[in-house]
Amino acid sequence: MLDAQQLSLKSARYRRSILRLIKRAGAGHTSGDLSCVDILNVLYNRVLNVAPETFADPDRDRFIQSKGHSVEALYVVLADRGFFPESELETVCRFGSHFVGHPTRKVPGIEQNTGALGHGLPMSVGAALAGKMDARPFRVFTLLGDGELAEGSNWEASLTAAHYGLDNLVVIVDRNFLQITGPTEDVCALEPLEAKFRDFGYCVRTCDGHDVAALVQALESVPFREGRPSLLLARTIKGKGVSFMENDPSWHHGVPDEEQYAAAMRELDAAVAEREAEVAADD
Amino acid sequence: MEKPQRLVFGETLVELGAENDRIVVLDADVSSSTQTLHFAAKYPERFFNFGVAEANMVSAAAGFAATGYIPFVSTFAFLLSMRAGDPVRAHVAYPRLNVKLAGGYAGLSDFADGASHQSVEDLAVMRAIPHMTVVVPSDITETRMAVRAVAEHEGPVFLRLSRAEVTEDYGPDHPFEIGRGIVLRDGSDVTIVGTGPMVQMAMRAADALAEDGIAARVVDMHTLKPLDDDLVARCAGETGAIVTVEEHNIYGGLGSAVCESVCASRPVPVLRCGIPDRFGESGALSEILARAGLSVEHVCELAHRAVAAKN
Repeated sequence: MLDAQQLSLKSARYRRSILRLIKRAGAGHTSGDLSCVDILNVLYNRVLNVAPETFADPDRDRFIQSKGHSVEALYVVLADRGFFPESELETVCRFGSHFVGHPTRKVPGIEQNTGALGHGLPMSVGAALAGKMDARPFRVFTLLGDGELAEGSNWEASLTAAHYGLDNLVVIVDRNFLQITGPTEDVCALEPLEAKFRDFGYCVRTCDGHDVAALVQALESVPFREGRPSLLLARTIKGKGVSFMENDPSWHHGVPDEEQYAAAMRELDAAVAEREAEVAADD
Repeated sequence: MEKPQRLVFGETLVELGAENDRIVVLDADVSSSTQTLHFAAKYPERFFNFGVAEANMVSAAAGFAATGYIPFVSTFAFLLSMRAGDPVRAHVAYPRLNVKLAGGYAGLSDFADGASHQSVEDLAVMRAIPHMTVVVPSDITETRMAVRAVAEHEGPVFLRLSRAEVTEDYGPDHPFEIGRGIVLRDGSDVTIVGTGPMVQMAMRAADALAEDGIAARVVDMHTLKPLDDDLVARCAGETGAIVTVEEHNIYGGLGSAVCESVCASRPVPVLRCGIPDRFGESGALSEILARAGLSVEHVCELAHRAVAAKN
């Protein structure tokens, strides 16, 4: 099992792979990928009971990425976990490739087609209800963006989740405070968000969504309370890891030019080197 | 000259904003994509970004219209026609409110995002809703004229727009009128009816067919509803065969509308060029269009078959 330092190293490497992938594809949702990659890292490397060889197991944990536009981060993590060869990432967004611009079930490891926002939570509620009916041990995890919380379907699904006491449901919100057109609080204010979710019946926790140790601690202690759906508000920074992409809405689907790419890779390479040194010092 | 159709839309909205202070624009967190951001910059007090909340936005537009405003509602075509389909039906069309639904990124034009964001069903949905007018402009001139005509038209309209670049083919005297198709090129062997950016493909196909000795008439059918039944019947009678071309599922769009029309007036062979009942994919737009059968070659092939089927 990977410890926090090893997970941090993975995150640093993932960030580099994401940038490389987006540059090659000429398309992608760069800053949202960088915002949620630590969450995906902890889910797939520590929390989810799922692997390529168990993907057909009816008892596997389910993960549904509602913020489908951050598919590049998901592709990178799934490739690293061996769901498909890394070389397939070279075909992302190419004509004829299954690796299209949003998640589809044609890609090994992906549970649900997503992309249109506000659907991941209701689909997860259905899967969690089915799990309860069949008395299966699996949990359903879903990752939501904060911008998509304006879709009423999330709040309808939250009513259902609380109504049925779905403690096998874990909702993670990538709370980076930005959407395409600007800060969430300027576009359609969400705060006080924690109180809203609590009022809707979740047991809520908040953590730093880039602190892998904090993410492990939170996500390994689900359900936060018996008989209640769990919700983790992961506070993140859109564009995390590349200084000039952080908190800048224009990187929502920005693709770096040559100069920007080189500058970003210098920062990401340095982060990888730093993490490698930490892991080496610890061995 | 080439320009993204969405930009022509955005620029025309700005012009309209200066001319009519009752025009308001509503968008759902995609104003940089749909190009309503130009209106937002010029008239911030008349622009409302609802965030990622399309159904909410359409219902609110109904409220604006019921209070005397002319709301242009802008987001991706699939979201307007399906995510917000219920409020479009219940709150806009049923009470026949003066709401303008601008569905951007239609067809396969959102080529990188893939099937989740492409729209191959919106025309079928919108055509099936009573009271709805459905307009699909082609070139730069016609797009500008269509946005203006939609604003002047009283009642609900769905305006379908592409993300792609369109050319400037028509002059300022282009006879655009909602509900009246336009014969762009005469011919007696077959009629190619196109809509939206596919009209340009129909024209190129007619050029190619001329080399094969086939005189193809080309019609720009920019209004799918109400359809210009008289023009369709005239073309059926005078050319005896029809090919339709649209960036939409072959079910429920232009091809279906033309078939419905000729069956009731002057039955002749109609072959439909459109997306063969499947979802899109990622890739270059030309590649994914061609895979869907939207190519000059395929239009020509269908025209040959339609001509052969006449007798």
